Amino acid sequence: TGFLVWRLKGAGTRHSPSHFVHLCRAANDRLVTFQYFHFLKRMYVTQYNRDLSQRAKPKSDPVVSPFHELQQLDQEKRVVHKISPISPIHQPWPETSRRGELREVESPAETEASAPSPRAEPSEDRQWKEMKLRLDELPGILARLSKIKLTALVVSTASAGFAMAPVPFDLTCFLLASLGTGLASCAANSINQFFEVPFDSNMNRTKNRPLVRGQISPLLAVGFAASCAVPGIALLALGVNPLTGALGAFNIFLYTCCYTPMKRISIANTWVGAVVGAIPPVMGWTAATGSLDAGALLLGGILYSWQFPHFNALSWGLREDYSRGGYCMMSVTHPGLCRRVALRHCLALLGLSTVAPVLGITTWTFPVVSLPINLYISYLGFRFYRDADRSSSRRLFFCSLWHLPMLLLVMFTCKKPVLEKEDKSDLLGEGPGRAVGMRLP
Amino acid sequence: PPAHSHSDWIGPPDKHSNLRPVIFHVPPEESALERRLREARQEAQACNQRFWARHNRAFRQEKEEFIYSRLKAKGLEMRDETGQKATLNAEEMAEFYKDFLNKNFRKHMQYNRDWYKRNFTITFLMGQVALARALRWLRWKKKNVEH
Repeated sequence: TGFLVWRLKGAGTRHSPSHFVHLCRAANDRLVTFQYFHFLKRMYVTQYNRDLSQRAKPKSDPVVSPFHELQQLDQEKRVVHKISPISPIHQPWPETSRRGELREVESPAETEASAPSPRAEPSEDRQWKEMKLRLDELPGILARLSKIKLTALVVSTASAGFAMAPVPFDLTCFLLASLGTGLASCAANSINQFFEVPFDSNMNRTKNRPLVRGQISPLLAVGFAASCAVPGIALLALGVNPLTGALGAFNIFLYTCCYTPMKRISIANTWVGAVVGAIPPVMGWTAATGSLDAGALLLGGILYSWQFPHFNALSWGLREDYSRGGYCMMSVTHPGLCRRVALRHCLALLGLSTVAPVLGITTWTFPVVSLPINLYISYLGFRFYRDADRSSSRRLFFCSLWHLPMLLLVMFTCKKPVLEKEDKSDLLGEGPGRAVGMRLP
Repeated sequence: PPAHSHSDWIGPPDKHSNLRPVIFHVPPEESALERRLREARQEAQACNQRFWARHNRAFRQEKEEFIYSRLKAKGLEMRDETGQKATLNAEEMAEFYKDFLNKNFRKHMQYNRDWYKRNFTITFLMGQVALARALRWLRWKKKNVEH
């Protein structure tokens, strides 16, 4: 009877439903390319402009992603908003008349004519839907559950790690590592959504997720996660090397069991999330070389530092949603720290780019060529630190979206050629020594 | 939902809690296990609904009060000349958000523990029910083959 009361009271949604737009997958091209990042930027920008209150912080297994799907509280870093074209209502009409007995009245207020953006599926969202799994919808549902676009970005950072490793390129290894990382990321994202159903319902950005909408049962979500995690980690551990497998498993654990609950416990979740984001490139590197050397840690360090300006800037505009949802984020509880940390890590990126040639990963061209973009993001970080307003946070955030792909691309083009054996052995001799002395932030 | 339907139905998000209510289908030959599952889900739903409706209402109310008190301190009215609702800028609101989050921390901790427990229990029960159904179906199949 309790349900009847709700139904009589609340007939419709409070907010306008998110828009869905169909975007083609950039899944083919795994390496970071300009087209790729333009696509990401376009997708993100369209999405962000539509609804500024939606955080685009995609959740990532590793929290690396040029996009930010900020779910408010979750440190979901990648946005995986899937927008589909306005579809005709495919619910049969008889169902609507039967709904009459539930007395669901669509109040005139619901038909917000003043809605800023066209509503893609207004009636569909307000209808009662049968909770039956439709097989033809399953791929789409699973894609959204696993945050497939975020996963794609995660895999691309792992590929960047693989590409930067100073060993001859092995295609099979590369494909196995990419597939394994992708599966691990799918699993982690699914479990994350499984944990966060009531919170996701309350946040604009995430309220159209499959579990929230009842399109899939929690049991199936967990089953899917398990069926991705087991083959994924097995593939990494057996098909690539045990170290990569261990890193993958650890990352899943870190994301689902540490980061996700921590989002509601302490602001330290941001740092944990940054580690989650830093691990995939490290995994790519260890997949190629089989060992954790200074280069892997440097790449991880770059991704780690990048997370902060990216996320902190994004979270600045989502403080209301975070506060209401009970998420502990720096932007809400320690705003000064939030901006300081963002600036600090922009500068760290400068430092890390300079260390790259010292470790023999890239030539000295890299710090020189990347200096402008690193200086620019640091400048925006400083503006954000000083101004602490919405416009500076947005500018920093959007900059972070193109900064990372560009940085990785430049890094790849400045990669130290593998053929220079004498130089390599020289540096390898000095490398470990240097690495020990280095403390990454 | 239609009377002849054999599945659960999920509705649009509730106005206060933003959660989608579910109407559970009670099959005539519901086993004890299935009943436990359904009751667990109903209970979780009711609990979630109560929590979020109350919480969101409190948020909205306290936000209004905060805006009102701040505007009054500034000597402004709730609505300006054109009749538009006066708002505070993001920085002023930030103080409220921080306060609200800290005030409700304990409540959220309690809710989190409760939610995680319920979620695991429900999913585990779902697993058991699925297994029981699968075994039943296999037995039925075997029986049909034999005849």
